[in-house]
Amino acid sequence: MNAKKSLKLGLSALALTVSLSVTAQEGPIKVGILHSLSGTMAISETALKDTMLMLIEKQNAEGGVLGRQLEPVVVDPASNWPLFAEKARELLAQEKVDVIFGNWTSVSRKSVLPVIEELNGLLFYPVQYEGEESSENVFYTGAAPNQQAIPAVDYLMNTIGVERWVLAGTDYVYPRTTNKILETYLKDQGVAEADIMINYTPFGHSDWQNIVSDIKRFGSAGKKTAVVSTINGDANVPFYRELGNQGVSASDIPVVAFSVGEQELSGIDTGPLVGHLAAWNYFMSVDSDANYDFIDEWVKFSQDDEAVTNDPMEAHYIGFNMYIEAVNKAGTTDVDAVKDAIIGVSVPNLTGGYATMMPNHHITKPVLIGEIQDNGQFSTVWQTPSTVAGDAWSDFLPGSRDLIADWRKPMSCGNFNVKEGKCGASAGEQALAAE
Amino acid sequence: MSITRLLTSLLFVIAMAFTPLAAAQQEDPGVALLNDLATASPREVEAAIKAIANSGDERARSWLEAFGSNRLSIIKDSGKIVVVLNNRGRDWTIADALTSENLGEISRRKLDRININNAMRRQLEGTLAMLDLYADNPDLQAQAGKDLLGKVDEALVEPLTEFLAQDRPRAVTNRVEQALAIYRVEQLGDIEAVDVLAGSLHSRARAALNSAVTSDDPALAGKARIALESVEQKLKLNRAAETLYFGLSLGSVLVLAAIGLAITFGVMGVINMAHGELIMLGAYTTWGMQQLLPGQPGLALILSIPAGFLVAALAGVAIERSVIQFLKGRPLETLLATFGISLILQQLVRTVISPLNRTVITPEWMSGSLIINDALSLTLNRLYVLAFALLVFAALMLIMRKTRLGLEVRAVTQNRAMARSMGIRATRVDVMTFALGSGVAGLAGVALSQLTNVGPNLGQNYIIDSFMVVVFGGVGNLWGTLVAGLTLGTLNQLLEPWAGAVLAKIVVLVFIILFIQKRPRGLFPQKGRAAEG
Repeated sequence: MNAKKSLKLGLSALALTVSLSVTAQEGPIKVGILHSLSGTMAISETALKDTMLMLIEKQNAEGGVLGRQLEPVVVDPASNWPLFAEKARELLAQEKVDVIFGNWTSVSRKSVLPVIEELNGLLFYPVQYEGEESSENVFYTGAAPNQQAIPAVDYLMNTIGVERWVLAGTDYVYPRTTNKILETYLKDQGVAEADIMINYTPFGHSDWQNIVSDIKRFGSAGKKTAVVSTINGDANVPFYRELGNQGVSASDIPVVAFSVGEQELSGIDTGPLVGHLAAWNYFMSVDSDANYDFIDEWVKFSQDDEAVTNDPMEAHYIGFNMYIEAVNKAGTTDVDAVKDAIIGVSVPNLTGGYATMMPNHHITKPVLIGEIQDNGQFSTVWQTPSTVAGDAWSDFLPGSRDLIADWRKPMSCGNFNVKEGKCGASAGEQALAAE
Repeated sequence: MSITRLLTSLLFVIAMAFTPLAAAQQEDPGVALLNDLATASPREVEAAIKAIANSGDERARSWLEAFGSNRLSIIKDSGKIVVVLNNRGRDWTIADALTSENLGEISRRKLDRININNAMRRQLEGTLAMLDLYADNPDLQAQAGKDLLGKVDEALVEPLTEFLAQDRPRAVTNRVEQALAIYRVEQLGDIEAVDVLAGSLHSRARAALNSAVTSDDPALAGKARIALESVEQKLKLNRAAETLYFGLSLGSVLVLAAIGLAITFGVMGVINMAHGELIMLGAYTTWGMQQLLPGQPGLALILSIPAGFLVAALAGVAIERSVIQFLKGRPLETLLATFGISLILQQLVRTVISPLNRTVITPEWMSGSLIINDALSLTLNRLYVLAFALLVFAALMLIMRKTRLGLEVRAVTQNRAMARSMGIRATRVDVMTFALGSGVAGLAGVALSQLTNVGPNLGQNYIIDSFMVVVFGGVGNLWGTLVAGLTLGTLNQLLEPWAGAVLAKIVVLVFIILFIQKRPRGLFPQKGRAAEG
């Protein structure tokens, strides 16, 4: 009786495992979406979740990948950085997703890193960031500083003839690192210490009177002055409003922003801002058929005629297509196989060119400089002649210029020190150590 | 020869008489002018702009303005040049650039924009200002004179000198002289021109002098330095006035945000963590009002003042009736419960309206600044908010001192049992007081919608500051709130230039902590028996 029972149990267990492995093979490919749907970052991240749902829906309508459908798994980390790590663990350990698209702020990415590396997941990160990182398990589809900040400064210096610089930013890691890089870069170009003014403000700062007045004063020293702004999120709205009210026009002191996109401008009357600049790798106004089609789909999907698209959405578009391409190439969703297959994959971007995944897990992007128009859109005034490959380790920071990232075998390292000839700790371990 | 010419012109006249439209289009000089502009390389744009400006065509101004605002486009198929009237969404309304005839909507894909950048816009602004100098409107002339500062280039020198030779209003010619002097100092190193700029407070003039100071010519540099020093004292005074204004303005925002709390927390003793969200409701009411009255942002804003008060007051009553009345005398529970309400309200707005910020339009009469002199101008939106804050404060004082409600409120807060035995319905007074405090928070929201972002997080940014002001001013004292708000605002703005925004905030907080250590009851403590209870 007992033996019979245990045999039965064993058989059913066997059947269960078999059926499980069958469903794992035949079932849908699970795509985790890790974007805040509540809290402060919801304003930016909700649109990215919807972008992913739209892309997945479209891919499924075309027959999915490898004959399997894609299934989105949406979680809400609620703009809470430690919760990002918990939700990532939930996605990988419980939901067993094949890939994750997510995160916006750098601090949330740093929180997720150790989990992704420990459980060997895949993360596509779609937002421009400060660089200084390359993880085996993360693909950075947003811009590194050399794909946004440096070309923008070059444009101001060479085309506009700017000689005096205000580096204004929100007080956290991305602006601080970017400004450090820019400061070194400007000094290398022969800009004097006295011609650089650096200013940090808290998140959500709304009283810009003094700072704008300072900028005005700084700009009346007889040299062409520009503001390089890494001011984050909606603090930009009162900043630009104050600029307009105090009569600082773009032809006097242009402001070039790295965090102001179409979405931020949709909450603001852009009349007084016409002519101020932004540097991105994509603008909604780009004149290409791929872009117009994407906008049409997005408007249809979001059921909002006024819906805007922006740079991180394009990054997800590229990242998603790269993933699909890599899965097709590898013939499986196995993480290690996809990781190897994706390097070198090229997919069309929305600006009429191609994006390629580089061995350092960053992609190639064109850099566009746009001027704000009165309808909240940008008109492109300058762009790089070809695409620029993302540089994980900046050449303008001490300690970082000797590092390279190359995830191809045999190097397989995210921070190989060419001087010492050895590989440092992984990005996840560093993020843990920093806590 | 002359006969053939006569014949041709005769033929031409006949042709024109028969096909007036076709001929007019063929002959329209605007076609050539606009096509030149459309096909110009960046270097040639300047010439194309000048050609349009000098053509004497009455449409020239509208063309240049359309160009300046990025609205001049070409239809890709036909090559027709059009002005985009509405450039929102995917289909744009366009009009023929030549005839101004409305051509209806067209897909954005079918249009090629005639691009403009800042360098071109600068030339355009100079040219437009030049056109305006000859306008009939004296305001336009004065503005044009000001706009020309720093925008004069070689091509404008001659027409401007010509303009000066004519008999024109002194205010305008002064500006034009300065504008020319800036050009001469910067481009030619003209030492005579420094005299014209000496004494000017305008930042553009000082920029020109500053650049002259660093020039190789010692005579020019020396003279420029003297010219700059002559206004140094005046400039310092203006700067002090400016900082004071900044401080008062920030202070008025703090007072507005805190004054409602001064009533609910200060007078009633209820710790209402949802106060910030009541402010947010007021701001959203302004947005809603503007949605209801499209095209009339000013009227909508004025109507929002009573509407915002009502909405927030009703929300306040709902909160009081549903939660707070059951938690009387239990501050910790009240704090937690109202904190929960604040989260609920935030998420409600996020779900029902949108997680994205809403655009609240600033009416024309609130944009820009009131110009005192070239170095000092007061931003209008903040000036209005400052006045509004003082008005709200005065109205509240009046209500508390002179009305029956105020009397009852004071009675109930001083001695509840005694007041009830005198026939005052304490519960009703509680509701009314809470509604008043909440309504004032709504008013703050209406004002804040003109200064900051209208989004679900609006309230959170002000709740801490509000409590700070009320505690610093002395709980239960409206005057204390006013003085505390203005003091903290000014202190913050005084510190900001040398400490930075982040540190200034910290310093102010530390200051308040130390102050409360010394005087736990704030600036203006309540005295007498009522305070002991």
